[in-house]
Amino acid sequence: MSDSHATAVDTAESHPQLRHHFANMEQQKNTASLGMWLFLVTEIMFFGGLFCAYLIYRLMHFNAFAAASQQLDIKWGAFNTAVLLVSSVTVVLAVRAAQDGNRKQLVGYLVITVLLGLTFLGVKAIEYKEKFEKHHVPGPTFAFTNTFDDNGKQIPVNPKEAELFFSLYFAMTGMHALHMIIGCGLFSVLAVLAWKGHYSPGYYTPIENAGLYWHLVDIIWIYLFPLLYLISRHS
Amino acid sequence: MSEHEHVTSRAFSIALGIGLLVLTAITVKAAFINLGAFNPVVALLIATVKATLVVLFFMHVKGASEKLTSVVVISGFFFLAILLSLSLADYLTRSWR
Amino acid sequence: MATTVIPAQPISRPTNYLTNGFTLKSWLLTTDHKRIAILYLISVTLFFFLGGFFAMLIRLELLTPQGDLMHADSYNKVFTAHGMIMVFFFLIPVVPAILGNFLVPLMIGAKDLAFPRINLLSWYLYIVAGGIMIHVLLNGGVDTGWTLYSPFSTQFSNTNVIEAGIAIFIVGFSSIFTGLNFIVTVHRMRAPGLTWSRLPLFIWAQYATSLIMILGTPVIAITTVMLAVERLFHLGIFDPKLGGDPLLFQHLFWFYSHPAVYIMILPSMGVISELITCFSHKRVFGYKIVALSSIAIAVIGFLVWAHHMFVTGISLYAALIFSFITFFVGVPSAIKVFNWTATLYRGSISFATPMLYAFGFIGLFTIGGLTGLFLASLGVDVHVTDTYFVVSHFHYVMVGGVVMGYLGGMHFWWPKISGRMYPEGWAKLSALFVFVGFNLTFFPQFVLGYVGMPRRYWQYPPEFQVLNVLSTAGASVLAVGYLLPMVYFAWSLRYGPIAGPNPWNAAGLEWKTASPPPTFNFDETPVVTWEAYNYDEIEPKLEDGGIR
Ligand SMILES: [Cu+2]
Repeated sequence: MSDSHATAVDTAESHPQLRHHFANMEQQKNTASLGMWLFLVTEIMFFGGLFCAYLIYRLMHFNAFAAASQQLDIKWGAFNTAVLLVSSVTVVLAVRAAQDGNRKQLVGYLVITVLLGLTFLGVKAIEYKEKFEKHHVPGPTFAFTNTFDDNGKQIPVNPKEAELFFSLYFAMTGMHALHMIIGCGLFSVLAVLAWKGHYSPGYYTPIENAGLYWHLVDIIWIYLFPLLYLISRHS
Repeated sequence: MSEHEHVTSRAFSIALGIGLLVLTAITVKAAFINLGAFNPVVALLIATVKATLVVLFFMHVKGASEKLTSVVVISGFFFLAILLSLSLADYLTRSWR
Repeated sequence: MATTVIPAQPISRPTNYLTNGFTLKSWLLTTDHKRIAILYLISVTLFFFLGGFFAMLIRLELLTPQGDLMHADSYNKVFTAHGMIMVFFFLIPVVPAILGNFLVPLMIGAKDLAFPRINLLSWYLYIVAGGIMIHVLLNGGVDTGWTLYSPFSTQFSNTNVIEAGIAIFIVGFSSIFTGLNFIVTVHRMRAPGLTWSRLPLFIWAQYATSLIMILGTPVIAITTVMLAVERLFHLGIFDPKLGGDPLLFQHLFWFYSHPAVYIMILPSMGVISELITCFSHKRVFGYKIVALSSIAIAVIGFLVWAHHMFVTGISLYAALIFSFITFFVGVPSAIKVFNWTATLYRGSISFATPMLYAFGFIGLFTIGGLTGLFLASLGVDVHVTDTYFVVSHFHYVMVGGVVMGYLGGMHFWWPKISGRMYPEGWAKLSALFVFVGFNLTFFPQFVLGYVGMPRRYWQYPPEFQVLNVLSTAGASVLAVGYLLPMVYFAWSLRYGPIAGPNPWNAAGLEWKTASPPPTFNFDETPVVTWEAYNYDEIEPKLEDGGIR
């Protein structure tokens, strides 16, 4: 493992963002970046607990999970996946604009990213509303009617196990949506600060680190989409 | 300063974004083809390819000035794999289920 | 010695971190890692005595076979309170958040931790979580045990499980941020010349601990979330009637909580490495392997969690695997013990108080560790699961190990923290109280467990009384041993002799600056040109009864 050592010394006059305990801007930047990556690892483990529960119950109750999964709307799921992927591109472009010192482009891309994030959340809200209408929200009102296979035969599914699928569906997408909300808030603040000219080619670490966070939230969705929406669709 | 090394061309990023969208389309298509036990395998494989592309190029792990970032990423997924695999070691071998 | 550090001159530099501001605000909004360490010292000590209070209630109830002091329900709440407070609010933060916070930047020649404001945030999270925990206790407590096992915690307990879960969630993030801060600091903030192979072993231990903190703690956090939503909305994640599996809770819980044992013990092991080298005035035997054994413990510690579940009905094959790997995690721990012992060989040993604690640690941790191997064996574990044998085993590790290491460290670095020496005679006496009291409290519990006394009961058959009385008597001696340092540390703040920058003639960067250190630790960034523990280049100290 290589490390950056403080050799050259920057001064507070030439770099107003330099905090007192760092020797130079490069050390400060590398420090913030490593901190962000480690935080992302904690996020992986945080979602990991949910993925673990999902994996085990999917193996235990495969038929129920397949039947319940088929109640989700692939169109919305795929659309949201696309929205998030596009937003990841706009984040990359925002970082690039910050590197170039192009303030207008930076603000523009940040705003587009927030709008895409809000689109995702809007679609999620539509999907959740649908779940309420179909009584697919776990709890006393939960109801699940069995589905039919190719030959019109009823697949026997224990509604309790289907309910477990929806419990995990809401836990996982809900936790993901919470991260999206935080991300949208974060990028809104960054957009305002960028508009005020806080960032320059010499200092754009917050943009870069918020971008890393956004990409990780995107990656989690990249896994959630096939795991939740695409179980046994071919039958 | 080291900002040059993180610069990716805009065209490349956009092309990669389109590639990721295509992979999403493929994963949806593949879900409707009966591959038997390989359906989840293919779905997870494509998801992993997508995630790897995002990590390497959007998050700039490829071309990063130090290996530490990749060590951090890999160890994150490694310990997640420990959680999943050792839990499964119990669930998959229970005799009373 | 080749160093660019200017020796400390207290006269020419009147301000240190303690005198840099006297207002409450200068403490509550500080970002100085040393002041935050003091904030932790105060708050963690308060929680230690709160947890100790519940321990005394347990020991008093168990003085007699009948349940005469309290009801079964109250007893459940008392041992739960004892466990939750001691684990989450004392054992996990104690060494990292107090000694680690104070020493990590000093030992690596940095001005502060990498993220000083996040460091302060950690402390506030700790305080908020602590406040919630106290609120829970004032509102009737929790009766689930610190382990919060489902389905009792999710379906049957009528106590405030969710609020306790929130407290654990928040204090977990306090620990995550501390760990993150330490890892980044060790990577990014080391002084020029301080390579990885020159780092003090305390730093290696903190680094390994921090790895566990950031990898394990998020899992317990999400598990408490699942627990809370299951209780709130009656979901079936852990409910077998609804397709769930209560054992999944235990898997997720122990995925964190077994490695959490190493969050507690590893930092103390780091302390012991510093103490043994200093007071035998010798370079540590096998530096590299001791350093790497910390990392090995952190990694292997993640592979053994289901040894807490041998009798719960997990698969026999999985149990075999987990039992087998558990034996492996004993190897790096044993390596440490052997290397410390080898370091003593032909050292010029001084029996100052910190060294007494180090000896106590080695002996008690060895007993705690070896009985852990008993428990790792499937057959023996079936016999003693949920008995006092287990209770005694983990107290030998936690109290005999962690607390001994912590107290040894506090005595060792007290001159650095306060600038004053503690009274050696009183300190030796209290070390004796701690050692004798500890063994008197917990050794009888091995026997009790072996002959079949189950844990977590408020009554027991009369034939167990003699051993229980011994245990309670020991706990009283132990309490005196813990209270004494409070008194003489406070006394020394005013009346203790001035310590000077390096009262022990110890190696290590923290001894090359003033005591107490200035706000930014060093007047000039030190440049390290020497290996760790270069005691052959340092004059030994021959005062205060040190024998050669
Ligand atoms: Cu364990």
